Amino acid sequence: MIRIKCPICGLRNETEFTYGADATVKRPEMGEQEQQPWVDYVFNRDNPRGWHKEYWHHVQGCRQWVVLERNTLTHEIGECKLAREVEQ
Amino acid sequence: MTKYSALSVFRHALSGNKNWGRAWRDPEPKSSYDVVIVGGGGHGLATAYYLAKEHGITNVAVVEQGWLGGGNTGRNTTIVRSNYMMPGNTMFYERSMQLWENLSQDLNYNVMISQRGQYNLCHSPGQMDAARRRGNIMRANGIDAELFDREEVKRRLPYLDYSENARFPIHGAIYQSRAGTARHDAVAWGYARGADQRGVDILQQREVTGYLWDGGKIVGVQTNRGDIRAQKVALCVAGHSGHLAHMAGLRLPVETHSLQAYVTEPYKPLVDTVISFGAAHFYISQSDKGGLVLGGDLDMYNSYAQRGGLPIVEHTLASAKALMPCVSRLKLLRHWAGVMDMSMDGSPFITKTPVDGLYLNGGWCYGGFKATPASGWCFAHTIAKDEPHEDNAEFTLDRFNRGYQIDEKGMGPQPNAH
Amino acid sequence: MKRLDTGGRIDRSKPLSVTFDGTALPAYHGDTLASAMLAGDTMVVGRSFKYHRPRGVYSAGVEEPGAMVHLRDGNRHEPNARATVVEAFDGLVSSGQNAWPNVRFDVGAVNGLFSPFLSAGFYYKTFIGPFKNTTKFWMMCEAFIRKAAGMGRGTYLEDPDHYEKRNAFCDVLVIGGGVAGLSAALAAGRSGAKVILAEQDFELGGAVLSEPIGGEDEAWVEAVLTELQSMENVRILTRTTAFGAYDGDVYGLVERVSDHLKAPENHQVRQRYWMVHAERSILATGAIERPLVFGGNDKPGVMLANAARTYLNRFAILPGESVVVCTNNDSAYETAAELARAGATVTLAEMRASVPSSLTHEATEAGVSILIGHAVLEARGKSRVASAVVVPIDASGQASGAPKTIPADLIATSGGWSPAVHLWSHLFGKPIYNEDAACFIPRSEENHKMQAAGTAMATTSLSETIEQGFDQGVKAAQATGHAKECGARPDHFMTGAYWQRGIEPIWAVVRTNGKCQGKAFVDFQHDVKISDIDQAHLEGYVSVEHLKRYTTTGMATDQGKLSNVNALARMSELRGMKIPEVGTTTFRPPFTPISMASLVGHEHGKHFRPTRLSPIHHWHVENGAKMTEAGAWMRPWYYAEAGEGLDEAYIREAAHVREHVGMVDVSTLGKIAIQGPDAAEFLNRMYVNGWKTLQVGRLRYGVMLREDGFVMDDGATARLGEHDYFMSTTTANAAKVLAFSEHLLQTAWKDLKVHVTTVTDQWAAIAVAGPKARDLLSNVFKGADLSREALPNNHFTYAKLDGVAVRIHRMSYSGELAYEVYIPSGYARAVWETLHEQGQKYRIKPYGTESMSTLRIEKGHVAGPELEGRTTMKDLGLEAFASSKKPFVGSVLRKRPVLEDPERPTLVGLEIDGATGAKSGSILFPKTGETKGHGDGWVSSTTYSPALGKNIALALLKNGSSRKGETVRVVNFIGNETLTAKVVSHHFFDPKGERQNA
Repeated sequence: MIRIKCPICGLRNETEFTYGADATVKRPEMGEQEQQPWVDYVFNRDNPRGWHKEYWHHVQGCRQWVVLERNTLTHEIGECKLAREVEQ
Repeated sequence: MTKYSALSVFRHALSGNKNWGRAWRDPEPKSSYDVVIVGGGGHGLATAYYLAKEHGITNVAVVEQGWLGGGNTGRNTTIVRSNYMMPGNTMFYERSMQLWENLSQDLNYNVMISQRGQYNLCHSPGQMDAARRRGNIMRANGIDAELFDREEVKRRLPYLDYSENARFPIHGAIYQSRAGTARHDAVAWGYARGADQRGVDILQQREVTGYLWDGGKIVGVQTNRGDIRAQKVALCVAGHSGHLAHMAGLRLPVETHSLQAYVTEPYKPLVDTVISFGAAHFYISQSDKGGLVLGGDLDMYNSYAQRGGLPIVEHTLASAKALMPCVSRLKLLRHWAGVMDMSMDGSPFITKTPVDGLYLNGGWCYGGFKATPASGWCFAHTIAKDEPHEDNAEFTLDRFNRGYQIDEKGMGPQPNAH
Repeated sequence: MKRLDTGGRIDRSKPLSVTFDGTALPAYHGDTLASAMLAGDTMVVGRSFKYHRPRGVYSAGVEEPGAMVHLRDGNRHEPNARATVVEAFDGLVSSGQNAWPNVRFDVGAVNGLFSPFLSAGFYYKTFIGPFKNTTKFWMMCEAFIRKAAGMGRGTYLEDPDHYEKRNAFCDVLVIGGGVAGLSAALAAGRSGAKVILAEQDFELGGAVLSEPIGGEDEAWVEAVLTELQSMENVRILTRTTAFGAYDGDVYGLVERVSDHLKAPENHQVRQRYWMVHAERSILATGAIERPLVFGGNDKPGVMLANAARTYLNRFAILPGESVVVCTNNDSAYETAAELARAGATVTLAEMRASVPSSLTHEATEAGVSILIGHAVLEARGKSRVASAVVVPIDASGQASGAPKTIPADLIATSGGWSPAVHLWSHLFGKPIYNEDAACFIPRSEENHKMQAAGTAMATTSLSETIEQGFDQGVKAAQATGHAKECGARPDHFMTGAYWQRGIEPIWAVVRTNGKCQGKAFVDFQHDVKISDIDQAHLEGYVSVEHLKRYTTTGMATDQGKLSNVNALARMSELRGMKIPEVGTTTFRPPFTPISMASLVGHEHGKHFRPTRLSPIHHWHVENGAKMTEAGAWMRPWYYAEAGEGLDEAYIREAAHVREHVGMVDVSTLGKIAIQGPDAAEFLNRMYVNGWKTLQVGRLRYGVMLREDGFVMDDGATARLGEHDYFMSTTTANAAKVLAFSEHLLQTAWKDLKVHVTTVTDQWAAIAVAGPKARDLLSNVFKGADLSREALPNNHFTYAKLDGVAVRIHRMSYSGELAYEVYIPSGYARAVWETLHEQGQKYRIKPYGTESMSTLRIEKGHVAGPELEGRTTMKDLGLEAFASSKKPFVGSVLRKRPVLEDPERPTLVGLEIDGATGAKSGSILFPKTGETKGHGDGWVSSTTYSPALGKNIALALLKNGSSRKGETVRVVNFIGNETLTAKVVSHHFFDPKGERQNA
């Protein structure tokens, strides 16, 4: 059971959240006409073995997207911030 | 090398089973090979076997960081089937099925391929339509498929929940009679023995830590026990493809996720086939030993940890009871996890990479085991000929740039949804 | 084997009716099924997996490999019950399993004769057969193998019992209620920390329960327990197994609430699953005794030494009258002495070359004859032990002198102890090997939130166990912020030789030729012999995982609790390596098998998944609707009138809508409120079409793509106010669209001032369609001007009905004059009923999803079957909606080359020849040529069109737009049917839209 400290709601079980995706990929600006930046954003991943910044959606809570730091090898949990407060 | 048969077992028994030889050697590595295959799971060993058998390339090493078959080969739910609909998948998986059907004889190793059939249950008229489409494409490609209505499914699988109480009533099922199960460990061991007999060196307990480069070309691997040179380096490390590709400077359309599997205590035969629930991600079969083997959803978050959490255990067991209420009092013996290369369209890669000298086999998502023979066969072809066979022609990395997503479920670029 | 007149923890005043294979066993309250079996001198209680060898009671705990039985009958039947942990209850019925005709005489035992041939890897080398390209030969053999395999027989009956889940939170979870666990709980409890103490047994005390009654130890347990029970912050759970430790400081526990009863009482659950969130945990799980490997070591009458002691002291059973005890450590001395005092003739074969007299003194006093430097080479006897062959041995366990035979009905063995490190291993992987204690123990690291204490950590004395338990309790309490004084550590009490002191790692007893005498087992349930390990080594299956998988050792229901170390030890010997170099396999949850239902709780049957119901649902059901699943929702499929099936009903309903008027519940559509000054910009980005020109009071159909440029969803969005929009999505994609919107707004588009909120449940919606729709609605919603001029298509207005404010959207999915009435959910049924009642004079009828589909197919609108995740706007003929003036989600990737290929299948209509109609999922082929491969396309939606009097279909056909008029073949291979069809425009009916604009 991953436990996530939602900045709004406090420490909650993963079952209240849905997993989103890698939070380090930056969405190209609207208006980006080149294809490759979009391919990289939508499809390609660093997929690190170790610390990972990732989006989770507190879908059964405050419905905020958060950026969680989590270790993919050990499942250790690091910092959790509101996505809207994380600089991309 | 002993040819395995009832007779050889009998002869060895008479001599107290003292004269068995090794199933494969434990050689010292040569300094250089034509091909170094990274990963001693089913796919890597099969690739080595077919390189030797089909292409006469025997100066091959398989480098494995742990023990053979210790990754997903030894952790999966052992289902084989060829019920794929998308062009690019259909004939690949059918090649695999045909190789399975002769694999025990080919390897002289009983991989216990048991074509006990597989049912994909449908729980709405829409699912029946989707099943019909899949079945029709299978049939148009010479693959067996049947569509059963509720009554026929009930006649064949009377122990499922057909009561008013079922949350998702069974409308029918698509059935492939040639699908079934195989003994996963035996696949690794059989290929290892076959490859070894043909001269392939299998090097266990040797972890690849980097590559040897000559300019922009990869010319070998660094391991924790010394360098090994190679003309071609082939990755068969699904679950860890991202990591090994990263060392070569590649970013893949892959996320690594952990997938749990479950087995109950052994019971006398209860389920004589493979059943996939259509209302949740769940499948069940029974091993020859008698354990009910269950599979379910991923743990959804990226993970290399080879262990899963309770929420998915609960979901999977709930699916089991919803589908087959009589499992209620049966007991879960063990649950474990493997780590999967989840690709962005749910389909694999068997391809040359943009890095000269590096070949990639990965991205197997849930479905690596059933693909093992064709994966090795096609990868061997790709390595030997430097071009894909038509059966793996679409399993390239650039398909996402081209817009050719091989998306069997239509889920889009969300790796944990495939 | 007999029950003693006094002693034990059984209540002789409460005899119980307990049977095995129809024979009554002398059982009392406090017995287990196994102790009752022993009391009844029932020696053969099971059969092994492969050779069907007779199996007796080997242990007194969860590690039991042999005494596996069928428990209870009927719909409460349970296979593979371990008799050693089944509490005896009045009315207990059990029987032998994996045997025919019964466990005492089992025909399957013939397998044993072939054991040399059934050696390791047997199945991999045989049954291959000479036949190419077929699996039939193996499958024929497999059918027999499968019947012989398995252990107990399951039932197809439905379980009548209930289960429940419970979440619990605590500071400290103490796993194990023995001395170490009690000490730990005491310390943590005194500090004020919230403590849960879980014990799998029905009594607390752990190893103390195996000691003679009335001792100092019992008083110790009682005192600690009394103090614990007085603490409100301590919860004690007995009959509760902590089966797994998981990430996030979560532990899974199963409490067997009613398994000690014939049936759960007073609606109580059978089992309760606890998900415990514990900041710290203390693993006080003790240790499991290891058997020794020698010939015949599996025969009924061979038992773990501590099990013999437990049966003697806890259950007042003399488990043998002529006993040979064999040990490589101190722990069996008490057993020997106590058995002798209880009247048995006891010989103790001490495997070590020398032991101090302080150890032997008590046993000798009690009359035990001790043979130093001796071991049991073989257990003899047919279906139970009759004698033991004892030999002098050297330090490696090899015979060094002449054997002698000692009559024996019990051979009690101790090969040392294995700490129960399983839960630690779940979290931290492989344990480490402690050479001194000759066992695997947890690797203790300061930052681990789970710490082991007591014999789970291989403590060497009782005082150390108490101290370690207490100290870990203090530490855990402090770590969770409870600084309160924990008081004095409880004193230790008098005890005999503690645990496995002095162990010499001798595991197997062999003859001078290095082989065991007779069949010597490592894994008792799976019949893995020491010779199988030897063979696996010869064949190169030398890593522990290969060894396990090739021989199946450790894969039985005890998961290697007894066999692991002995197998490893043998392999390390063969490889000339030390045990830690060979390594160990990883323990996986559950610690002991748990019922599937325990983790399911109430989530089965109808409650497997939540069901979403429209606020009008019950009207549909009451009025004869046949309901169907639509994702989580239930929707009316069709309203059958007398004698109608699906086909008759949907055709009638669809025709009725076009002729008169119909009403359909569309409350399941996703509804999202989009509010804020940048709402229009947001919609502009989300949808392919432009939104900046949409005026208040109007609505517009929109198409939405995924990031990769494929179509995700479609629906209409209304502009309610300047900054206020109301989006509708398909039923299936509502959650996805909302989550995607929230994601973009909170990550990439933070600058947009927009709020998105689901209002799906707040609003119900009724579509009213048909030529009479306007008349009906104008009549019902008096005062609303619904005229063509005042409310053209894609406009909305407000109205009231009995004070209920509703919004009426003019839009048509059916192609008829149609409106959607949006109603606050609580009033939806009332409005529906009013419309239905007032509509009678317009001959209104409700219609379901099937006829709704017919109507939309006639109009050529796409729905779920076409929006299947692999189709583009171009494929679906929706390209015209895309704005070229602005970027939108997916606008770049939709232009990738394969997606722009003009050959791609595109949406067409098909008029099917003949009377039967096509099946969705049929494949399209040109009129002539082979029907092979993937075809030219596929049929997505089909219906009989009452409006056209034809069978029609929507399909995706390669190059579709240029093939109008062509005849194609529609092949349904799986239904053995080939039809022909004419390719037409998918706008079958009223292509100019005159009816909806009426």
